[in-house]
Amino acid sequence: MSVAKAGDEPRTAGIPVKVWAGVALVAVALAVLPFVAAFAGQAWVRILNFAMIYVMLALGLNIVVGFAGLLDLGYIAFYAVGAYMYALLASPHFNVHLPFWAILPMGAALACIFGVLLGAPTLKLRGDYLAIVTLGFGEIIRIFLNNLNAPVNISNGPQGINLIDPFRLGSFNFARSEVVGGVYFSGPQKYYYILLLITIGVILVNVRLQNSRLGRAWEAIREDEIAAKAMGINTRNVKLLAFAMGASFGGIAGGIFSATQQFVSPESFGLFESVIVLAMVVLGGMGHIPGVILGAILLTLLPEVLRYTMEPLQNALFGRVILDAETIRLLVFGIALVAIMLYRPAGLWPSATRKRELEVARAPEGAE
Amino acid sequence: MSHLLLAKDVAKRFGGVQALAEVSFSIDRGEIYGLIGPNGAGKTSLFNVLTGIYDKDEGSFLFDDQPLDQLKPNQVAERGIARTFQNIRLFQNLSAVENVMIGRHVRTRAGVFGAIFRDSATRAEEAAIERRSYELLEYVGVAKRANDLAKHLAYGDQRRLEIARALATEPKLLALDEPAAGMNATETQGLKRLLEDIRRDGTTILLIEHDMKLVMSICDRVLVLDYGRKIAEGTAAVVQNDPKVIAAYLGGDIALNLKGA
Repeated sequence: MSVAKAGDEPRTAGIPVKVWAGVALVAVALAVLPFVAAFAGQAWVRILNFAMIYVMLALGLNIVVGFAGLLDLGYIAFYAVGAYMYALLASPHFNVHLPFWAILPMGAALACIFGVLLGAPTLKLRGDYLAIVTLGFGEIIRIFLNNLNAPVNISNGPQGINLIDPFRLGSFNFARSEVVGGVYFSGPQKYYYILLLITIGVILVNVRLQNSRLGRAWEAIREDEIAAKAMGINTRNVKLLAFAMGASFGGIAGGIFSATQQFVSPESFGLFESVIVLAMVVLGGMGHIPGVILGAILLTLLPEVLRYTMEPLQNALFGRVILDAETIRLLVFGIALVAIMLYRPAGLWPSATRKRELEVARAPEGAE
Repeated sequence: MSHLLLAKDVAKRFGGVQALAEVSFSIDRGEIYGLIGPNGAGKTSLFNVLTGIYDKDEGSFLFDDQPLDQLKPNQVAERGIARTFQNIRLFQNLSAVENVMIGRHVRTRAGVFGAIFRDSATRAEEAAIERRSYELLEYVGVAKRANDLAKHLAYGDQRRLEIARALATEPKLLALDEPAAGMNATETQGLKRLLEDIRRDGTTILLIEHDMKLVMSICDRVLVLDYGRKIAEGTAAVVQNDPKVIAAYLGGDIALNLKGA
């Protein structure tokens, strides 16, 4: 069985060097990426930042949908909770200006509580039924935010909240361009690095959660809830934990979104956003962290690439613009989604080979 | 007390169907206790009521001198009853060893913070879980398939894997729902040896089985259900010759004819 795995033989001696080389290469690539992207314009650096926010969101949703198998169509509500938490505690709206490193954990905690609030009444629901309830929950949060401007103005209603503080560490402002050590950094480029750090942290936490007692319990519930119960898993607590953990990543992503945009309004948290994040998870490969990351990056970049290429393309082909970029962008996007689901129904990068399968090579009689 | 499980007047109704009525029995520590009866006799219903998947309508269970009433399935597992299912219910898309590792859940502690920070206690626990799981796979004889997905295992191996997963919860009582179903004679012999090993190593077994040869050769005592009622209980030899049991299995008239022949 392990015949094809000849490459694994020298893994104890040879692989670590390769691994370190790979890590170093990726690190360098990620470090210079914002400067490469800046050649195409600062907008592309912003898009990279968005991609990372979506990676966090997709990873959070992946805990609920991919690991625990609970279809959640209202996930964006937790993003909204985190975003508004940041907006209210770091803007002139209430004239409160807390530092970002204090608000992000608070946003995560509040989203966590909302996750439990959503999870508790829906414990016995699965599949379509759960999807409908969560969809309703997402809309409730958005509509609340839209209307919480009277009698007491909390959310500032449909106008949203403006002039939100950017990330600041002492006098270091992440939104301002400046020259640091002889290198010119734009605002988005500065954000890029802190987002990269947070994203790597989120990825690490997700990987560790998956390969843990809790992660296995989530997967057990996804595979067979009755068998999981019979094996002694407290499905109620474990499901609530899935909702809570997933929501908290949504909360963090929301806070970051608030800070980078410096503006939030209920419009940003509609059903379409929930669907897009779910599409990232499904398209990348449910339950497989690298796949989900890939899905999030692709689905963030694809519409932007289409935005910048569709008009020139039409000019080249027909000599004029037949369909405007905005329309054709969503059309091509939709076609791409359908095609991927037709030809790769398990996602672009599903978890076909499990990590432990590699260890077969280690035990000589492991393979027959 | 030498009784591990004491069931008293257990009853369960599904709408108008009386699935179980006045079922009383006791299982001693260290025995293999058979549960037989024609299809629809209520064997699996009894399992589901015992393990908390269904609520019972009447009666009580006393397990290890503690009542089992109102417990959820996971609490029953925590008390020390593990089960397998008639239609195999493995975690199909997880590997064999992961299935067994999930069985260790109820005897381990690590939570969210342990998972994220991976402190030394969590690492030690993880290592112990993995070691124990491989041991159990070895024990039931599917160690070679440890890294294959459960759904890719042969049918007999899936049955064995289900037993390994149940054993991982360190049960006092192992409840097996037709473990020999679909096995050939050789596989059934292997299963018999495994069950004898499990008993020898100190776990009491409650066995639903249609393979009479297996039941009669391995069970210390047998309970016979028919239409949800207990019609006989005793050693294999006694039950085999009970006219009510013969009638339940073969139908009254044929049983009489056989006796005449």
